[in-house]
Amino acid sequence: MTSGQPAPEERRRLNEWLLTAPSLLWLAVLVLVPTAIVFVIAFKPPDIDGGIGAGWTVATLRSLARSSYARIAWRTLYLSFLTTAGCMLLAVPTGYFIARVDRAWRQSLLLLVVIPFWTSFLIRIFAWKVLLHPDGPVKAALAWLGLVPPNAGLLYNAGAVLLVMIYTSLPFAILPVYAAAEKLDYTLVEAARDLGATPLGAFFRVFVPGISRGLVAATLLVFIPSLGSYIIPDLVGSPSSEMLGNVIAQRVFVERNLPHASALAAVLTVAVLAPMLAVLLLRRNGEVGAAQSRGPL
Amino acid sequence: MRRSRFPLLVTVAVLLFFYLPILVLVVNSFNASRFGTTWQGWTLHWYARLTTERDIWDALRLTLEIAFVSTAASVVLGTTAALALHRFSSRVQRFHSALISVPLVMPEILMGISLLLFFAAIGLDLGLLTVILAHVTFSLSYVALVVLGRLEGFDDSLLEAARDLGAGRWYTARRVLLPLLAPGIAAGGLLAFTLSVDDFVITFFVAGPGTTTLPIRIYSMIKHGSPPLINALSTLLLLVTFLAVWLSQRLATRRT
Repeated sequence: MTSGQPAPEERRRLNEWLLTAPSLLWLAVLVLVPTAIVFVIAFKPPDIDGGIGAGWTVATLRSLARSSYARIAWRTLYLSFLTTAGCMLLAVPTGYFIARVDRAWRQSLLLLVVIPFWTSFLIRIFAWKVLLHPDGPVKAALAWLGLVPPNAGLLYNAGAVLLVMIYTSLPFAILPVYAAAEKLDYTLVEAARDLGATPLGAFFRVFVPGISRGLVAATLLVFIPSLGSYIIPDLVGSPSSEMLGNVIAQRVFVERNLPHASALAAVLTVAVLAPMLAVLLLRRNGEVGAAQSRGPL
Repeated sequence: MRRSRFPLLVTVAVLLFFYLPILVLVVNSFNASRFGTTWQGWTLHWYARLTTERDIWDALRLTLEIAFVSTAASVVLGTTAALALHRFSSRVQRFHSALISVPLVMPEILMGISLLLFFAAIGLDLGLLTVILAHVTFSLSYVALVVLGRLEGFDDSLLEAARDLGAGRWYTARRVLLPLLAPGIAAGGLLAFTLSVDDFVITFFVAGPGTTTLPIRIYSMIKHGSPPLINALSTLLLLVTFLAVWLSQRLATRRT
């Protein structure tokens, strides 16, 4: 070889490495390693001044078997599930409407859905705290309609937590549903109707399967962050509507017991990974199944 | 075929649901009532009070400093990541892509606690540096996503043309690729900046006692402070947010 120039293949590999290494290494050190550390520190004893002690122990993991944790874990699951269900019920008609409306309207509507995403999370929660306040407008309206007794409290309960969770997550559900609904070929829906399907039949047998990817994405984007909710139950909930996130924060900021917080975070990490892996597996099987069902033709 | 009105009604209800609380908040910031629950006439009193709250302005300055540094770093890391994902399709890139999407879906509290434990394990004191490291970590994924979106509509033949006409590799990158990508990079940077200014949960975990950013200040005001002051501050922040959204929309729709 007389040429001093590297071969194109080598050069390409060098380029790839130069562009990939910065972000890959950054995320490996600050996402992968910390996630792994959560599982390690769960086996460490705490030390007196809020740090991590020496040696190893399974005492922390044992203490997770307490019944109060099971109750909180269960509450975290069902509040996240209800949040997801509520968001999907609102997101499917809204996403469909935005996808089908005139172009001129569509841009403005999308903008209106995106703005809350850019707006401070704390401010949006605070707005509800004001609205639901015992002397606030919602309470006054409901009491005037006779729907709640005049001394009812709308704040600091699981219902308020659920309402605000739906409020903050809804944009994350609408956008993927819209994206999928916008790509759907609506002549299919019309064909189903022409062939005698009822509107509901066409909806469930053509529209819903047609946007299934968007529905799965929306479900994950709402359900997974919901599992980690912490400020919402902290600001509009009460001790009886605490979620796993609140307990983690208490272990860190109040009891200063990092290994205990770590063990709880490890449980939450597993809970977050499970639905993601389930979707990945289902998707793979679905693709294999679809390929097989095409059969010998 | 007659379309059902149901989707229209739900959409209107959803928009009311989104904006009514915000509207009440903004109107209340001009309410003379101390508790903001009954209307007692218009006032700018709370905005005037805001100017004398030193804590808030100190927190704002710190927040902006953190946002500038973390945005600059995440724009560089996010853009190189997007270029790598766009141009190459090896096994490494599949892993790279998966890794980039982790901060987008990971609940904030998990990111906060895992970074806190990581910093504790390597003995790094909590403070400005740990906050910036955390902010770069979640921002870079969003920048990568936005720039990648821009690259998907990108005409690679422009780069080939520049190379065919004798432009060097570095010259092509600087004079052709970067100007074409600039709106995408700016939009990604704007999003990174907003996320950094806004972030509460992750910052709260990795900030330590001395680093009070604006969201941390607002959180303690919500817990113990005076509601009308928060209303006024929120209204100002909402104004900035709308400006940022408007700017990013202009960047996103600008054709080159």
